[in-house]
Amino acid sequence: MATSVRRRVRAAGDQPGPGRAPRSSPRIPARARRVLAWAGRGGLPYLFLLPALLFELLIHFVPMLLGIVISFKDLTLFFIRNWLHAPWTGLGNYHIVTEFSAPVGQALVHSFLVTCAFTVLAVGLSWLLGSAAAILAHDPFRGRGLLRALFLTPYALPVYASVITWAFMFQYNNGAVNYILHNELGILARPAFWLIGNNSFIVLVVVSVWRNWPFAFLCIMAGLQGIPQELYEASAIDGAGIWRQIRLITMPSLRSINQVVVLVLFLWTFNDFSTPFVLFGTTAPPAADVISIHIYDSSFITWNFGEGSAMSVLLLCFLLLVTAGYMWFTSRGRRADA
Amino acid sequence: MRSAHHLPLAGGRRRSPLARPASFRVTRLIVLGALSIFAVLPVYVMVSSSLKPLQDVSGSFQWVPSVVTIRPYIDIWHTVPLARYFVNSLIVSSASAGLSLAIALFAAYAVSRYRFRGRRVFTIAVLSTQMFPGILFLLPLFLIFVSIGNATGIPLFGSRGGLIITYLTFSLPFSIWMLAGYFESVPRGLDEAALVDGCGPVRALLRVVIPASLPGIVAVGVYAFMTAWSEVLFASVMTNDNTRTLAVGLADYSTQTNVYWNQIMAASLVVSVPVVAGFLFLQRYLVTGLTAGAVR
Repeated sequence: MATSVRRRVRAAGDQPGPGRAPRSSPRIPARARRVLAWAGRGGLPYLFLLPALLFELLIHFVPMLLGIVISFKDLTLFFIRNWLHAPWTGLGNYHIVTEFSAPVGQALVHSFLVTCAFTVLAVGLSWLLGSAAAILAHDPFRGRGLLRALFLTPYALPVYASVITWAFMFQYNNGAVNYILHNELGILARPAFWLIGNNSFIVLVVVSVWRNWPFAFLCIMAGLQGIPQELYEASAIDGAGIWRQIRLITMPSLRSINQVVVLVLFLWTFNDFSTPFVLFGTTAPPAADVISIHIYDSSFITWNFGEGSAMSVLLLCFLLLVTAGYMWFTSRGRRADA
Repeated sequence: MRSAHHLPLAGGRRRSPLARPASFRVTRLIVLGALSIFAVLPVYVMVSSSLKPLQDVSGSFQWVPSVVTIRPYIDIWHTVPLARYFVNSLIVSSASAGLSLAIALFAAYAVSRYRFRGRRVFTIAVLSTQMFPGILFLLPLFLIFVSIGNATGIPLFGSRGGLIITYLTFSLPFSIWMLAGYFESVPRGLDEAALVDGCGPVRALLRVVIPASLPGIVAVGVYAFMTAWSEVLFASVMTNDNTRTLAVGLADYSTQTNVYWNQIMAASLVVSVPVVAGFLFLQRYLVTGLTAGAVR
């Protein structure tokens, strides 16, 4: 047995190629030698990927599958110690959370719609501000480096530090927003309550845009560097002004990077938990009860893991559908171009 | 535009073809000015409020402190055990960034230098984990950690170790993606020459590829550190009193009967300084990393 392994290792070692097994030394145990021989035969890249794969499996894929299993179980606080033995309920949890005339289903639909409205507004504005800033700040001018650093600060600050500052600014009595809008500018006739009631939706959008537009700015700035300068020079000689150039050269050239930016922003915003959590805590006002907070409440406040998981699975299905549809749609557009 | 640099900009009648019309310059001034105010306003509030006495932040807002005091910066350490949270965040973020970087280096090397079956599937599967809502695997992961703890005695739930391995997987996908981009820009001839000279692939990676892409690697490390430093959702569930990180600990100031806004602002500033400094220092590497990744 041992000799045959050794022979195989030698044979592998004699093979030419970049992934050659190290010289076999008598001190290496047989099993390690077998691994090395396998590595020499083309297994090496897999060996390099193994740690990454293991951790991703442990933290992402296995829990995700388990989450799908739990969504078919009646896992409440009563069974939490012994969760493997919680009774199966089939589609019971899904029936409860999609019963749209009952309170649980109604709350879920409301939360879903709030999240959709919030995401569309926040992503649209973030993209708009990001691309406007990137295009306008592309020419060199004095203070441009400083401005870039300034613009990227919101993105660099830890979310809990910056969002808690916004929470302070939106306070009723001592907040800066009421002071500026009411006392200084007079836009508001009287100070407003921002963190409760319907205004909380506006707060959520503003803070989310503030946090995310620098990401769009960063990506689009990088995308602008890839547009050949000759295009602008040629069009300038043809008499095109800057606005025409932006419309006819810059925007079309940025199309593929825009598609990526919008998709990433969509996924981040839709799944965002930190911003509403730091602003409102676990009991968000109904107008800002976004889906991540809603599921968190259903799971960890009421300890109904079965229903929480069912909602999570539905959320995942929705995100998969939207992402797949988006990618199909954008790739079709790209192919039609070519 | 780079070449516009050398041309006279709107100099009287001799207008160069690349000079900007007034409409563009006015729009630029207004938009960039407004965005600067929007971006900086909270930072200004944070800094100025952190230097105010308590009565300044309890009453109506004021732009300038009535008295500048550094008292909040001294008090933050007593009101809540901020030092402990700080150390916890530091341990968790550095460990997860270091591990994530080590794992990502090998994975990125495999992706950029080898053509093997499943390469595309691996890249897509790993990147797709970025789209999962965290809430989806928070609950099951919580149960898995508790069960592993009960079965083996390894305390993953509530411990720094559990948080470290969780966070390292958060930064892993993007780290692999960016590092593979940096490695692509290292000429293949370099490490092939090392292999011909008798280096193993691991030595070629450590001695040739890594030194050649060091700035990018540092940038990825900073990214991984920031990801862990800023995470809130898992920190709010997976920590206890002893292992609590800043993300959760900062909320302690507002659960007191009196809300010490000046101290909250001071603490926010203190916890922001390390990451903001790192980020601003490395932003240009991040931009090149993004483009390197996007080109592929």
